[in-house]
Amino acid sequence: MNVTIVDYNSGNISSVINSFTEVAKGTVNLEVTSDLNKIKSSDKVVLPGQGSFKSCMDALNSINGLTDTLDEFVINKKKPLFGICVGLQMFANVGHEETETKGLGWLPGKVSKIDNKNGKYKLPHIGWNQINIVKDSKIFKGVENNSHMYFVHSYEFIPEDKDVISATTDYSSNIVCSVEKENIFGTQFHPEKSDKVGLKIINNFVNL
Amino acid sequence: MLKNRIIPCLDVKNGRVVKGINFVDLKDAGDPVEQAKIYSDGGADEICFLDITASNENRDTIYDVVKETSKKCFVPLTVGGGVRSVDDIYKLLNCGADKVSINTAAVQNPSVVEESSKKFGSQCIVVAIDAKKNGDKWEIFTHGGRKETGINAIKFALKMEKSGAGELLVTSMDKDGTQSGYDIELMKTISESVNIPVIASGGVGTLDHLVDGIKSGASAVLAASIFHYGTYSVNEAKQYLASKDIPVRI
Repeated sequence: MNVTIVDYNSGNISSVINSFTEVAKGTVNLEVTSDLNKIKSSDKVVLPGQGSFKSCMDALNSINGLTDTLDEFVINKKKPLFGICVGLQMFANVGHEETETKGLGWLPGKVSKIDNKNGKYKLPHIGWNQINIVKDSKIFKGVENNSHMYFVHSYEFIPEDKDVISATTDYSSNIVCSVEKENIFGTQFHPEKSDKVGLKIINNFVNL
Repeated sequence: MLKNRIIPCLDVKNGRVVKGINFVDLKDAGDPVEQAKIYSDGGADEICFLDITASNENRDTIYDVVKETSKKCFVPLTVGGGVRSVDDIYKLLNCGADKVSINTAAVQNPSVVEESSKKFGSQCIVVAIDAKKNGDKWEIFTHGGRKETGINAIKFALKMEKSGAGELLVTSMDKDGTQSGYDIELMKTISESVNIPVIASGGVGTLDHLVDGIKSGASAVLAASIFHYGTYSVNEAKQYLASKDIPVRI
C-alpha cells in the first residue's frame, strides 16, 4: 500500500506527516512529495492545506500538471483521496477568502466565511468541538457520534449537494465538518491533532 | 458546542523544563517531551512550550524538543519565546509546532505578525501580550517581562487582531507566579475588545481560578505550576470545570 501526502508548499504539514507516520508504522509505504508520477502510482492520496483558500490553490496551481494529476486520480481513476482543512475546502468550485478563487470543483459548492453573528462568535473557530455524524462514513468506523475533534478555521464549505455531508459541528450554525462522496473524503477538523480518535480516522482512511 | 481549552504550559530552558516564579528563580524539573506526553495522555487540549531564555542563549535546543514532541503528541502544540522573525516561525512550524507565539518581536516589528499570518495563515500566529497594571490602564512589557514599553495593552491587542493574529495569549505580569488567580479585569477587557480567541495566563493557584478565567470571557486557560508540581492533574481540572457547568472536552 502506497499513501502519498501531497507536499505543495501549503504551509505546515509536519503534523500531518507525523500522524500518518504513526499510523502507517511499517504497514504502509508513506511518501511526502509533489512528484506527479509518484502521485499517479499511489494507492491513496492525502491533500493537506493550511493558510488561505487562495494561497493553497495558488500553491497547487504553481506546480505544473498537479491539479490535472489530482483530477485524473480522483475523477477518472476513482482512487481514495483525503482532504484536510483547506484540503477539503478546495474540493469546492469557488472560495471567497481574500478574493474569489476557483477551486478543484470536485464537489459543487462554495467556501465562505463563518457568520460570527456580529461578534458573538470569535473567529477563528479554534479548539475542540463535537461532531454530529449524519451519515455512515467509512472513515468514521469505530468513531462514536459526538466525538471531539480539533478545529481551527474561519471559513466553511457549503456544498450544493447535502448528501455529501457526513458530519457537522455546531458553531454559530451547523458547519459542514466532514464529507464523503464515493472515493472522496475530507474533514474540516484536523484528525492529525485530534488525539486518539483523530488517529483512528487516519487509520480508517489508510486501511480503506 | 465549542469546548473551553485547558492548556498546560511548560517553561523550557536549554531543552529542559523549568518553572519560573515571576520569570526569575528557576528550578530544573524534567524532560519536556515526556512532560508533554503525560499532559496529552491526561487530556490536555493543547500543549504550550515557552522557551524562556531563548532570546539570550542557545536556541537550537527548542527545535529538537519540538521535533521529538510532535512525533509523540497528537494534540496542538504552541511554541513561543525568542521568536524574532518570519524565518524563526517557519523553522518552528517545520519542526512540528502547530502555532507560534510572538511577544517582543510583535511589539518591535509588527510586520512580523502581518507577514507571517499572510504566509502561514492566522491560525498558527498567536501574539503573547505581557501586561502590567499602571493606574487604571494596562501597559505591555517585552523581553520576558523585563522591558517596559509604555504601550497600552488594549490598543495593542486590537492592533494585533488587525495585523492577522489568530489568538492572543494574555499574561498578567502582576499575577504571574503569585498563584492568586488571573487578572480577571484584564482578561475581560481584552476579550470584550477583540473578536479573536483569548487565552488567559498568569496567576493560577486553584481550580476556581480556571473557572474565573473562563467566566471572564477567555476561550482557553493556560496554567503551569498547578499542573507541573502535580497539585492537580489536567483531568481533575476538567472534571472540576465540568462540575461548574463550563463546557470542556472529557
